Amino acid sequence: MKLQFPRIAGLALAALLTMGTGSAFAAGAEHYPIKEPKHVDWSFSGPMGTWDLGQLQRGYKVYAEVCAACHSIDLVAFRNLGELGFSEAQVKAIAAEFEVEDGPNSDGEMFDRTAVPADKIPGPYANSQEAAVANNGAVPPDFSLLAKARAPERGFPNFVFDIFTMYAENGPDYIYSLLTGYEEAPEGREIPEGTHYNPYFIAGPALAMASPLSDGIVSYDDGSPETLDQYSKDVSAFMMWAAEPSLDERKSLGFRVMIFLLIFSVLLYLTKKKVFQSLKK
Amino acid sequence: MSGGHSEYVPGNGFSKWLDSRLPLPRMVYDSFIAYPVPRNLNSWYTFGAILMVMLVVMILTGVTLAMHYAASTELAFQSVEHIERDVNYGWLIRGIHANGASMFFIAVYIHMFRGMYYGSYKEPREVLWILGVLIFLLMMATAFMGYVLPWGQMSFWGATVITGFFSAIPLIGEGIQQWLLGGFAVDNATLNRFFSLHYLLPFMIAGVVILHVWALHVTGQTNPTGVEVKNMRKETVPFTPFATIKDALAIVIFLLFFGWFVFYLPDFLGHPDNYIPADPLKTPAHIVPEWYFLPFYAILRAITFNIGIPFTDIVLIDSKLGGVIAMFASIAVMFFLPWLDTSKVRSGNYRPMFKICFILFAIACVALGYLGSRPAEGIYTILSQFFTAYYFAHFLIILPILGRIEKPDELPPSIADAVLDEPAKAGRGRASSPQPAE
Repeated sequence: MKLQFPRIAGLALAALLTMGTGSAFAAGAEHYPIKEPKHVDWSFSGPMGTWDLGQLQRGYKVYAEVCAACHSIDLVAFRNLGELGFSEAQVKAIAAEFEVEDGPNSDGEMFDRTAVPADKIPGPYANSQEAAVANNGAVPPDFSLLAKARAPERGFPNFVFDIFTMYAENGPDYIYSLLTGYEEAPEGREIPEGTHYNPYFIAGPALAMASPLSDGIVSYDDGSPETLDQYSKDVSAFMMWAAEPSLDERKSLGFRVMIFLLIFSVLLYLTKKKVFQSLKK
Repeated sequence: MSGGHSEYVPGNGFSKWLDSRLPLPRMVYDSFIAYPVPRNLNSWYTFGAILMVMLVVMILTGVTLAMHYAASTELAFQSVEHIERDVNYGWLIRGIHANGASMFFIAVYIHMFRGMYYGSYKEPREVLWILGVLIFLLMMATAFMGYVLPWGQMSFWGATVITGFFSAIPLIGEGIQQWLLGGFAVDNATLNRFFSLHYLLPFMIAGVVILHVWALHVTGQTNPTGVEVKNMRKETVPFTPFATIKDALAIVIFLLFFGWFVFYLPDFLGHPDNYIPADPLKTPAHIVPEWYFLPFYAILRAITFNIGIPFTDIVLIDSKLGGVIAMFASIAVMFFLPWLDTSKVRSGNYRPMFKICFILFAIACVALGYLGSRPAEGIYTILSQFFTAYYFAHFLIILPILGRIEKPDELPPSIADAVLDEPAKAGRGRASSPQPAE
């Protein structure tokens, strides 16, 4: 008897799966992104994922030397860079390259001073109006949460499988694909003046940003290849860290919690079996 | 309590003293230790306890989050990120709270479908059911307002769309909407009152939960056979240790499922756009509510036509108002379920036609959920209308008629006949095979 309700639930689910695949083709207009993001094998994916600190440091370098010209990263402070494996002295040195506004002082004046680790990393523009004017009206998005704020829909049935495979790297995969995905617009496709064709872009066929990276524009001192592909991976990983610095802590704590719950559930199961055995007599 | 008399014996001097002044230990003993439960409850009956745990988890994490959250349009988004980044274990507390809302709804939907399948709403448990629907309504209000608090794009635009419903009410709608929002649009005043109400409603839920459990303990639980307990000694077991250990196991297994999302897929159930700060000048391409509202959202959008007097141009109910009415009706109809289902047989196990209708109803609900996540255009709208019609037909046409025309399978004379190794004379098939309680 107790099998009946689950069986019914299963039947309902099966019927629904059939229906879901049936209606998947029903959408009319063109779907963006045109191409699904490429999958990268990230060090931080999966249940045991951890940051590759070397990669994060390289990613910060790419950000600082290229992206930071237009993109801010407001939620990240210099002190947070210590989590990338930079020493205290290195963090201080990085901060010291920046000026931040402080004040008012005792005379009521605002003044500029050298940044310290406690300061947030200053962005390239004073405000979003200035950012818009400098970029033909398109404000370059802040990097702090971009790796979590851009995730192309996975669609049915992928989103169901993602639960089991723990696929949660849609954001960095998207950023990597976008950075490496610029190409010539196909024959016959009109794209607006001043935009750049990229089939991986989430909101249309083309975006305002031109391909920002190319082979050799950032020098690495750890021997990693100085290629577009490597830069894109590194900066995507860095952006994932910026979006969720606690990711590795989450996974390592999660592992311990899940093991505990698993053992606890086995013990409870055995206890329950024992308790209910008394009923069978 | 349904046992009629209390078996509590105060153990020492103090508990004797207290028992004659405030018999709280007696109540706990009678409700959670000696309370008799049918011996044939299956695992689907553990979701009540799971929901109880979820409510406590949500209140505890919520109170903690409120210590660090700032309910102001200028600060809300950043304060949530401050919790994620700078508060000790803030990422964990917020992860539990945000995913906990989804887990709460998963559990409540299973709990409701279980009640619908086993006819748990039937006499004498109508009030128990109605209190449950009331809890569900309060949960929806709480979850909706909670989703607004992080002040991301979906928070803001979701709030704008949902509160826009009220403007559909003729004549007074605009006034009500402005009164609710505290202004002409969703803004600081709205965020502040939503925060206040989001903090208040869970305690109201807790209050109704107490009534819900009280009502349950007056009537006693149903069981998969739907046959009432006839022989207390043979057919029931004491809540402790039997139900206690079973609920504990179910809770821990549910926590494993919960933990899977909190630790490995914390953003799976959310929307990426909510990591973009709210911007009143930029509408997202698709405004989608949280998954647990999608079936109701689909019903709202299914009404794309005006309802008027035929052959004239007079519109009585325009499509917007029609959608809002349909959506509220889809929940309101559940209050009347005990009287809409005319069958005398309680459990779906003995109702062959109901079983099929129940599957179709469940499919319609999940299909509406899927359609609610799609843009409201083309085939999606037509399917939404079809399933909306079926949803209401299930309550208003199928259930009333089914009770009259359906020939139910023979019921076991008692729970003991159904589940004990005693000669099961009349029962048929699985229903009568020996089935110890899980």
